[in-house]
Formats: sequence, C-alpha cells, structure tokens
Amino acid sequence: MVSIIWGFLILIGIIFSFTTNNLSLVNTEILASSAQALEMFFSMFPMIVLWMGLMQIASDSGLLEKIARKFSFILARIFPSIPTGHESLGLIASNIIVNMVGLGSAATPFGLKAMEKLQELNDKKDTASPAMITFLVLNTSGVTLIPTAIISLRAMYGSANPSEIISGALLATLASTIAGLSIDSLIRKKNKNR
Amino acid sequence: MTTISLLLLPILILGIIVYGLYKKVDIYSSFIKGAKDGIQSAINIFPFTVSMVFAVNIFLHSGILDFIFKGIANMLGPDIPISIFPMALLRPISGAASEVIMTDIFSNFGPDSFVGRLSSIMQGSTDTTFYVITLYFGSVGIKKIRYALKAGLFADAIGIIASFLVVYMLFGT
Repeated sequence: MVSIIWGFLILIGIIFSFTTNNLSLVNTEILASSAQALEMFFSMFPMIVLWMGLMQIASDSGLLEKIARKFSFILARIFPSIPTGHESLGLIASNIIVNMVGLGSAATPFGLKAMEKLQELNDKKDTASPAMITFLVLNTSGVTLIPTAIISLRAMYGSANPSEIISGALLATLASTIAGLSIDSLIRKKNKNR
Repeated sequence: MTTISLLLLPILILGIIVYGLYKKVDIYSSFIKGAKDGIQSAINIFPFTVSMVFAVNIFLHSGILDFIFKGIANMLGPDIPISIFPMALLRPISGAASEVIMTDIFSNFGPDSFVGRLSSIMQGSTDTTFYVITLYFGSVGIKKIRYALKAGLFADAIGIIASFLVVYMLFGT
C-alpha cells in the first residue's frame, strides 16, 4: 500500500514535469530532497534522544503505568485489545496530551515509543495490529487544542483576532477524530465477525 | 490557553523527575539508557523521512498543482478563491506545502476573509496522514498497514468538510 502511494507520487511528479517544463525544478528537488530530509532529521534527532531518555525514567518509575491507569476509563474503550495499565496506554495518553497543546515535535517521540510497545503486543510483526491503526487514526486526525503556528502566522498577516479560529479548529478536529474512530471501530467489528 | 502550553513541558519533566526520585529509581542511568535507545529509534526513522521528502517534493514541484488549480478554476469561474482545493488535497500529504498555500491565501485574501479562516481551520484540524503513517509504521517495521490509510483519509475528509461547515456556522460568508 505504501509502495503504491510512494511510487504514484514519484511517477506522477516526473511524468508531469515532462509536460509542464518543470524539469529543471524537479531536478533540483531530486538533488536537494535528501539534504532537506537530513535537516528534518537534525531537528528531530535531539528531541527524540532527550525525550526517550526522560520516558525511560517515567517507565522505570512506573509513572507511565500510573498515567495509563488514570486514563483507562476512556482508553480502554478506544483500545479494547490493550491490557489495562499497559505502558503503551501511558505513552499514548502522553502523546495525545502533548499534541493537544500544539507541541507536535515533542509528541513524536512519545508516539514512536508507543508504537514500539504496541509492537510487543503484536503477533504478526510485519502487519499492523488493530490497536496500532486506532492510534494512527487518533494521531492523524490531529487533536490540537491550540494551533500555535497558525495563530502566529495569522497575526503576522494582520488578522484582527488571530486566535478566533481556535474554537472552529477544535470543532473540526473533534468531527474528524470521532469520524476516524467510528470508522475504525466499525472495520474492527466487521473483521471480527468474519 | 498559551500559558498551558508553556507550562506543560516543564511540569511534565518535573513530574517525571520527582516521581522517579520518590520511587528510588536511578534516574540518571535510566535517562542514559533511554537516550541510547533514542539514538537507535531516530536512526531507524531516517530512511522513512528521506523517502517521504523525496517523493513529495518531486510531486509538488512537477507543476501538477497548477494543473489541478487551473482545471478547478475554469470550472468555478474567476471569483472563487480556488487555492483552497489544492490545499485540502495536499493537507494529508505535506503539512509544509499546505502551510505555504495557507500563507499565500493570507497574503492574497487576508486571514480574516472566508478562505483565510477556512484555510486556518483546515490546517489546524488534521495532521499529515501520509507522513505519520510512514514514520510510525516504518519505525517498528510494519509492512502491511491494512485499513490504516483508509481510516486516516476518511478522518481527513470529514475534517475538511467539517471545516467548511464550521466556518459558515461561526463566521458566515
């Protein structure tokens, strides 16, 4: 599936650049994209190392388990296949909370660690487990309460009230999250019945 | 609201350290062990970052967006700001690209215009589905993603439709 999308993006891009005379632009991108990826990596790398270190403390002290139990009333419903108090639930809860306040780059390490823990529960190591997919859906629908980057851009372009979009973005986020979780649980139920 | 996001990280770190000391964990060794694991995780995700940036950049700079752009413009007529459509299509593929379109809308129509608000809310309401999927699944070696993309894109589509409705409801046209 990922192969198809990846191949599709490249194919369409290259074939289109033949017809639109953007060949030189595409050439530049081919040569520059790995450097751009390295730049992204450099900005992520220290964050991941730092937060994985802090998370190890939280894991060793049992804090993650405690957080997992605190939120188990809601997480158990969204993730029925994960045992109560499992560390992955604590990581998922932390990932969502950090994401909510708009600190996406600090949230990524929590998400990666949560995936590692979910992989430990997974029987087929090359196939996504239902819990992983639910977590991904929760993550991609972007539960952000305060989109700080957007608000500052709006202010830069002279908005009279840059933060007026907070409530709207929250409503739209809620709609997409609920829709995502619903379709996810529907597919899960359908798969179970088969 | 912004004070919450300012306070969260320091309080989180304080909580982790205090709880670790209280439970008599060797917090420094734990940190070093986790940080070492972190190096491995970070290196593991690098190929996925490269693959995504590579494909998305070729796609974005091929001129296909202008093509879609003009196609929709011809269908709708000149008065409707059509840049919102490519933005909606791009949002799940590249957060940076959709942000560029958003700022473009801001400078052409103003952030307080209908499209300005709409693009803000669209940008804020969903995340970059493709990137999250390749990164998170890639980091643990998942190859068969099953219905993850379908569910993720469905959530995105609902988010985009909801953005339209919300802007109409809250601000009118």
